[in-house]
Order: sequence, then C-alpha cells, then structure tokens
Amino acid sequence: MNGAGALDQVFFYFFAALAVIGIVGVVTRRNVIHSAIFLITALLATAGIFLQLQAEFLFAVQIILYVVGIMVLFIFAIMLVHQDVSLKQLRYSRQKWVAGVLGVILVAEFWFALDKGGSLFHPGAPISGGLQPNTEQVGQALFGGYMLPFEIASVLLLVAMVGAVVMAKRRI
Amino acid sequence: MEFVSHHAILVVSVVKIAVLLFIVLTALAYLTWFERKVVAHIQSRLGPVFTGPHGLLQPLADGLKFMFKEDVTPPGADRFVYVLAPLLSFSLAITALALIPFGPGTISILGQQKPLAIAHVSLGLLFLFAITSIGVYGVALAGWSSNSKYPLLGGLRSSAQMISYEVSLTLSVVGVLLMAGSFDFDSIIQSQSGRWLGFIPRWNLIPQIVGFLCYFTAALAETNRAPFDLPEAESELVAGFHTEYSSFKFAMFFMAEYANMITVSCLATVLFLGGWLSPLSSSWHWAWYLPSLLLILGGLATIVDGIWKMRGLARVILPFMGVVLIAVGLLCTRPGVIGVVQGPFWFLLKVFFLLFFYVWARGTLPRLRYDQLMDFGWKLLLPVALANLVITSLVVLLVNR
Repeated sequence: MNGAGALDQVFFYFFAALAVIGIVGVVTRRNVIHSAIFLITALLATAGIFLQLQAEFLFAVQIILYVVGIMVLFIFAIMLVHQDVSLKQLRYSRQKWVAGVLGVILVAEFWFALDKGGSLFHPGAPISGGLQPNTEQVGQALFGGYMLPFEIASVLLLVAMVGAVVMAKRRI
Repeated sequence: MEFVSHHAILVVSVVKIAVLLFIVLTALAYLTWFERKVVAHIQSRLGPVFTGPHGLLQPLADGLKFMFKEDVTPPGADRFVYVLAPLLSFSLAITALALIPFGPGTISILGQQKPLAIAHVSLGLLFLFAITSIGVYGVALAGWSSNSKYPLLGGLRSSAQMISYEVSLTLSVVGVLLMAGSFDFDSIIQSQSGRWLGFIPRWNLIPQIVGFLCYFTAALAETNRAPFDLPEAESELVAGFHTEYSSFKFAMFFMAEYANMITVSCLATVLFLGGWLSPLSSSWHWAWYLPSLLLILGGLATIVDGIWKMRGLARVILPFMGVVLIAVGLLCTRPGVIGVVQGPFWFLLKVFFLLFFYVWARGTLPRLRYDQLMDFGWKLLLPVALANLVITSLVVLLVNR
C-alpha cells in the first residue's frame, strides 16, 4: 500500500498537530504543572499516531508506561516543589542565539530531506498487513532476535534501580 | 429513516452508548444506595429510610442536591486544572466500561449483528489498563490544583498508592493471560468454558486463586476503597484530594469512584469468574428460566412488602414496581429473549456478588496505616503476585509441551 486513505491522513494530521501543540506548550508555559500536562497531551497524541499506524501494542504500552508510569512521577515531584520560585525565573535563558541558529539548521535539514525524498514519505500510511498480530510479533522479536540487547537493557535498569535505592538510603 | 439505514453502524453505536450510559449511571446511583444500606445493616442501623420506600429515592435526592449546591472554587486554585481533574476522573471511569463484553455472541439491532459490548477490541485488557491507569491524574491534579494542604497530601498519598498497587494489579492478571493466550476478553472467557470432573466449572478462579486474591486486594487499593481509603481518610485529611470540591465537581469524583468499582468487578468477572458463562450444566434446561424466576420472586416479594408493611404512597409504588418486575420476568421466558438474557444475567449476577464483597470489606475492615499500606503492597503483594506468575508460566509450559 503506497498512499494512505483520507481518514488515515485526517487522523495522522490531527494527532501530529496535537503533538506539536503539546510540545510547544511544554516549552512556553511558565507553570511547571501546565508544562507537564502539555507533555502528557503530546505523549497521548503520539500514542494516537501509533494506534493509527496499527501498532496497538505500542499504543497501550506508550500510555501505560510513559503517560502514566513516568509522567505521574514527574507530577509527583513537581507537586512538592514551591511554585513561587519557578514562576519568577526567566523562561528563556541566554542561549537564545545558539538555539536560534540550531533551529534554523534543523528546519533546513528537514526541508532538504523532504525535498529530496518527499515522494518516499507517506504520512499516515500504515504498513500493509505486516504488523498483525501485533503483540505476538513484538514478543517474538524481543525474546527471539533481540534477546541479548533486551536482557542487557533489563540488567541496566535493575542496576539503576539498586543504585537509586543505595543513594537514597544512607543506612541499609 | 433513510439516514438510519445509511448510517446503521453509527446509529447502532450511538444507541448502544446511550443505553449503556443510562444503565451505568442508574447503577452508579443505586450502588451508593446499596452500599449505604448494606453498611448500615452491618452496623445495626437502618440506613436511608425516609426518602421514598426503603429510601429508594435517596440517590435521586442526592443527585438533585449535588446539582443545586453552590459551586465553590477556592481562591488561588488553578482554574484550568481544577476543572480538568474531575472531568478526567469521571470520563475515564465511564469510558473503561465500553470494553466490557456483557454477553456472548451477537444480537441483531437494525439488521446489524453487534456484539454485547460497545467496542470489541482484540487487545481489550491492555486497552482497559491503559484507560483506567490515566485515572491517577484526576486524583493527583485535583490534589494539587486546590491550593490547599489537605488535598495536596491526599493527592500525594493516593498517587503513590495507585502507582504502587498498579504493579501488583497488572502482575496478578498475567497468569490468566498465560492460560488464555490472548488479550481478547471473548477468548479469555471462552478459554474458561467446560468443566473439571463433570461438574466444577473450569473458571480461572480455581487454578488462579492466588492471582484472584492479589487482584482483588490490589483493586481495592486502586479504587481507593476501604480498607485502603487513605487518600480520603476522614480522620486525618478531612476528605483527601476532593476536600475543596463542591457541587457537581464533587459528584463527578464520587461517581468516578463507583464507576471504577463496577469496572474492576466486571474485569474480575471476565478474568477469573468465567464472564457470562453459566456455572450450571448446559443440559439442565430449567436453568434457562432462572432469570425469570428471580425477577418474578423479587416482584412478588416487593408486592407483599408494599401492601403489608408500607403505608401512604409507598403502598402504591412498591406493588407497581413488583408488577413491572414480574412483567419483565415473564418477558424473559419468551423464546426470542430467553437466549439473549442468559449471558448478561450470569455476568451481572457475578458482578453484583463482587460488589457486595467490596461493600462488605468496607463495613468490616479498619483502615490501614500509611506505612502498613506500603509494606503490604511492596513486600507481600508484589512477591506473591510474582511467584504466582512464575509458577503459572512453568505449569503452562509443562502442560503445553
């Protein structure tokens, strides 16, 4: 399948726009909780794109892990922080010019990529039939071809967890 | 009519959503009545008796009261988040119910064959967890945005509690998934059909009894119910995260809690109690008349109670309700209806049974202390759920070999 259906495109652009608005909100809001809510919106919109691309498992995992698991910890930490300090701080620090130059370079890069290879991109087109059954394929990939990287990642996470406990607790 | 026939899928979906919403909202209202009655009788009280016969109009009175109370927003509250939190809680709690299959197969509406669930999703269980787990934000954001100490502490407590018990909740369910080999609710229920020794139903409850107990405990904590109702411990935190909420915003949190109770009970029914499968042998044809029998007996009891024990208007209302119940009971014996009724009947009976357990736990158990709660969740519930998972996967591997 090369092109995407009209409905696919509508959903894709809707979620993409939502994600972009969310991310812009994260950077521009003064209130940290509002930034967090915008980030949650952006992550949910990304989950929507996953769903539209027929990767249901990724959709569910994105919500359960990122939207809930990780972001709740963010909110949890922010709730304990005094808001008054952050409200008075400068929103954009002095690297304005560096950021501007980097931004221009990035946009130029995207422009170039879309100009050269734009015909290969089909926004919102799901892979035809290649992803079903989704969960089983993810599981087989993780515990088949990518067994070693998967296990290394899990050991790494365990190390991080133990390390966090050791650092947080003075006397064990 | 042309519109209906052209957009049958749309119309049928909207009708199904409307019907389910109506049923669920009514059930929510009467669940509060049921809980107050049961807890009252556990504590040797009568519960609501003045509003209507047996206090049956109490939910209506409560609803009206919530709507007409003044809606106060505390000064310094973050308006946007303050309004967002109850909306989030309530809408997510209701949305989760759309995934629950209430009966087997399909029924025909407007010439369309439709399953007895609003949405049939092949990853049903994962979707349900995804939806319900976002509910944490309702509680956490409500606590933060109220700009008040007690709600903040309540919000912190409950988000920590919900995150902690979410782990055990999810792990306790994986055993069932391994046995069914699917995320799909229909396949999970189908995998529990049949019997052991000819009479014990093959429900997951028996091989997964540890998983069920873990699930039920974690679910109590997830829904912030007693004995895990620390987020709203009255003696310590006034009312926890919703202290500053009034009027309909408060009602939304209230309804969300009860909707979550219903969702969790429905999920337990699907995963462990065989969903809409009947516990009785399918060769017993008289069992098909059980729904009608129950409704007719209930109707007769209502009539007798109304005529002999009540006075005033209740003497008319209760017999009328009884007649309606008997009429519905007789309708359920009709050949076209009797087959459709069986699944939902058993499903709802099991859900009702679990809800009674919920209320019973609240009436019986004292509230845990915060450190006890965390110790219990991480040091007992999580290891037990993990051990259950390891043993189940081992057994499944050996059996399938």
